[in-house]
Amino acid sequence: MSNNPEDPQAPVAASGSAVEAATDGPTVETGTELSTVHTDGWGPDGAGVPTDSVGHARNTPEHTQPYRELGLKDDEYARIREILDRRPTEAELAMYSVMWSEHCSYKSSKVHLKYFGETTTPEMRAKMLAGIGENAGVVDIGDGWAVTFKLESHNHPSYVEPHEGAATGVGGIVRDIMAMGARPVAVADPLRFGPADAPDTARVLPGVVGGIGGYGNCLGLPNIGGEVVFDETYASNPLVNAMCVGVLKSDDLHLAHASGTGNKLVLFGARTGLDGIGGVSVLASETFSGDESGAGRTKLPSVQVGDPFTEKVLIECCLELYRSGLVVGIQDLGGAGLSCATSELASAGDGGMRVDLDEVPLRAPGMTPAEILSSESQERMCAVVQPSDVDAFMQVCEKWDITATVIGEVTDGDNLEVYAGGELVVDVPPRTVAHEGPVYERPVARPAEQDLIAEDNPNTLPRPGTPDELRDTVLRMAASPNLASRDWVTGQYDRYVRGNTVLAQPADGGVLRVDEDSGRGIAVATDCNARYTRLDPYRGAQLALAEAYRNVAVTGATPLAVTNCLNFGSPEDPGVMWQFQQAVRGLADGCVELGIPVTGGNVSFYNQTGVKSILPTPVVGMLGTIDDVTRRIPTGIGEEDGETLLLLGDTREEFGGSEWAKVTHDHLGGTPPEVDLAREKLLAEVLRAGSRDGMVSAAHDLSEGGLAQALVETALIGETGARVVLPEGADPFVWLFSESAGRALVAVPRSEELRFTEMCSARELPCTKIGVVDTESRSLEIQDVAAIALTELREAWEGTLPQLFG
Amino acid sequence: MSAPATENSRTPAADGARIGVITFPGSLDDVDAQRAVRRVGAEAVALWHGDHDLHGVDAVIVPGGFSYGDYLRCGAIAKFSPVMTELVEAAGKGLPVLGICNGFQVLCEAGLLPGALTRNAGLHFVCRDQWLQVENTTSLWTTRYEPGAELLIPVKHGEGSYMADRATLDELEGEGRVLLRYVDGNPNGSARDIAGITDARGRVAGLMPHPEHAIDPLTGPTDDGLGMFLSALDALVAA
Repeated sequence: MSNNPEDPQAPVAASGSAVEAATDGPTVETGTELSTVHTDGWGPDGAGVPTDSVGHARNTPEHTQPYRELGLKDDEYARIREILDRRPTEAELAMYSVMWSEHCSYKSSKVHLKYFGETTTPEMRAKMLAGIGENAGVVDIGDGWAVTFKLESHNHPSYVEPHEGAATGVGGIVRDIMAMGARPVAVADPLRFGPADAPDTARVLPGVVGGIGGYGNCLGLPNIGGEVVFDETYASNPLVNAMCVGVLKSDDLHLAHASGTGNKLVLFGARTGLDGIGGVSVLASETFSGDESGAGRTKLPSVQVGDPFTEKVLIECCLELYRSGLVVGIQDLGGAGLSCATSELASAGDGGMRVDLDEVPLRAPGMTPAEILSSESQERMCAVVQPSDVDAFMQVCEKWDITATVIGEVTDGDNLEVYAGGELVVDVPPRTVAHEGPVYERPVARPAEQDLIAEDNPNTLPRPGTPDELRDTVLRMAASPNLASRDWVTGQYDRYVRGNTVLAQPADGGVLRVDEDSGRGIAVATDCNARYTRLDPYRGAQLALAEAYRNVAVTGATPLAVTNCLNFGSPEDPGVMWQFQQAVRGLADGCVELGIPVTGGNVSFYNQTGVKSILPTPVVGMLGTIDDVTRRIPTGIGEEDGETLLLLGDTREEFGGSEWAKVTHDHLGGTPPEVDLAREKLLAEVLRAGSRDGMVSAAHDLSEGGLAQALVETALIGETGARVVLPEGADPFVWLFSESAGRALVAVPRSEELRFTEMCSARELPCTKIGVVDTESRSLEIQDVAAIALTELREAWEGTLPQLFG
Repeated sequence: MSAPATENSRTPAADGARIGVITFPGSLDDVDAQRAVRRVGAEAVALWHGDHDLHGVDAVIVPGGFSYGDYLRCGAIAKFSPVMTELVEAAGKGLPVLGICNGFQVLCEAGLLPGALTRNAGLHFVCRDQWLQVENTTSLWTTRYEPGAELLIPVKHGEGSYMADRATLDELEGEGRVLLRYVDGNPNGSARDIAGITDARGRVAGLMPHPEHAIDPLTGPTDDGLGMFLSALDALVAA
């Protein structure tokens, strides 16, 4: 579902929108009772429960309602009464409370997110297909292909119940992509956990990984990227962000939410149960005499349970419905369930909508209207269908054994009207629910401690000096939880399914073939170093952007568009709001400099336990395109005999927020590395030229852990040794461990060395020869520092996560 | 091992060979199996789980995935689908059948192959490039390989540990019906490192590794898997 009704980050559609309006063709009433595929559910009017109808609400204005328990503030409740000119019914209160939540309404972030739209230039906008951007951004990649992609958080559920929380996170983002009319083709998961050796991490991490694998593998979506980061601030607040990428033909972009009086609203997929209704249960107990002993009042865990099999079938069913042209508009159901889907569909259309909850197939008896509207049962979609197409729609659903039911229709009125047991229980202007929620200008204040942190200079920390100490540091860093091999995690994900994966973990970016005939493909990467963002949120966000950009570029692809998942602490803390504001500005300004648009995003606030908030974590997702996937650049050296190792970019003494400072001194202070986006662009252009002309046989981005870690990884991934000679007079410690941005390590076939280095000098990209690949040696030899056997390196790099997690 | 360069090109010899690929609800690697079939120049015929006939195909691949969500037990529900009734009968009459991963599980459940696949020893889903040794080069699906050849082919499964009673294992080994064994590490705890087996006639085969994901070094670790499809094609064309 869209948690982001208007997606304030999405630039406004260009005029002359390519999106087709609703097919307002002749609407034929069939006159026959539409047979629903399954009708043996329980009605909402069971158990003799009195219904809080609109009429009842009007007649009982004094009735006190538990709006505070539902998360609404006094003034918000008053505003609802003002909109309706009466008190809301229980069902209406349920709808407003969930849709006006921070998660759904973006009430604290909206004023800042506007900045993305304000800074988007026409050139940036031109890369996006117009009019879309509500659920996920869509960009044109050429040859008639379009790609849609989005990142979303499922942080809190994944802490409560790691396996199901993470699984349903994957399920939700995949339905978002489906709702754009696209076939989901890949997923990637940026994950953050507490300290690797903390007992609770041993509970959370395996559960999250198992949940992602269990769900994604069963859906048949290759997992091609992501991150695993450990930091103590995530100890009681893991971050589980999920990315999904979908592909469609640009001509098929006609699935905007549409209207057309008389069009039917079809709910299809899983049945609606009591899962995830968490907060709304307050209503049940207040209104219905607290009788929870009756049938069906069994409380379920607040985290929903996913069924990937149903979702897989739902994907294929949806794609067949799209192909058959049977869908006018579509919306996925996720958080806020039917409340969200109906109000958003109605809000985006030009009429009203009437819904009958008695028609909703239920899997628990005695559900109240508020519960049905709020249920977060997974694997459900809601489509707007022309009456003449309903029979054909039902036939496709039947083929896939998908339950589908007409639950309402588009009206020529203004309001969203919901009936239950024959009574009107919701009668609201849909925009007031979905799009016109409260907007807050939260106080923003730069915390005084930022200065203290900046003054805590990492360059005063004791450094390894002798070759032995440097050797130990290389090994210790390679084995540290944030730098060690992620194979324990990614080995539980299917990266092969569908047969189009060209690069996946441990490559810097995932590369996927889109068109088997032309070889056209895409690349994706997600990145954020939240330690940098803690030191300087503006620059940190730009560094995250730069790294994601670089990670796509080292595959040989051209970065094209950005999405994000902004994970922060409480918006009620002015210091957190300052971090947020700075990060948004840094990201937006950076995108302008790189000339690539932000196509959408997601905000997750309240990531804190007690007063301690997480490191500000604006995860950047980058999408790139590559004309010919056979030209992709692998990460490991040794593809060809006789390769030269070149370091591209400048190395400076930059240790603020570095992994070295963390691993060896548990230190976080100073300023993060400088960011130079013009340099990042140049680097990307050189890499692309190298890929296109066959001049580069391997490339690896330099980031956390610096050159040393890049060398270790490229050697181990390529299962090939190398001899490294640092430049004359270079400080080996700085050269090996500094985290200066804008750098990449490349392997160039000896025959191409001159051509490549001449290109670098012509383009004024610093290029330093630092060694040669040695297919005979089974070690990484750094002259005057250390020679470490690959077996020893591998033991260090690959041993850590299995030792911790079994 | 050579193969036609593009998957749409068909070798003249392959003309006419039609290989069916079953799709159950929850099948995932059906598109990959179809691609592999086309890659060797045969025609890939999509078979739907609800079909009551096999549309005259010359061989059938039961692909990987999670048929019917693998609820109850892997492959346990799939064996009751209409297309499987047809398949069991046709296999009895000698139709070549290859079960890959979930397809192997389905063939065991359906009684076309002995034994069962159980939860991986490590209890995790395992996706990795796996070395295999070819043991049998006489089955219809393995004639293209040299005895003892080592192949690098992906495995990806949560329940791939092959189990059977000792007598069955002895019989499989005694009759040379072990097609492939895991080498350089057993990913799932399979009995005697067994990765794939065949029936007594060498026409119905099942394996946990995914040869359809090793048909092109661009998208797989190698093209070592092509040999299985080419082997079948040789037999079909010669027939």
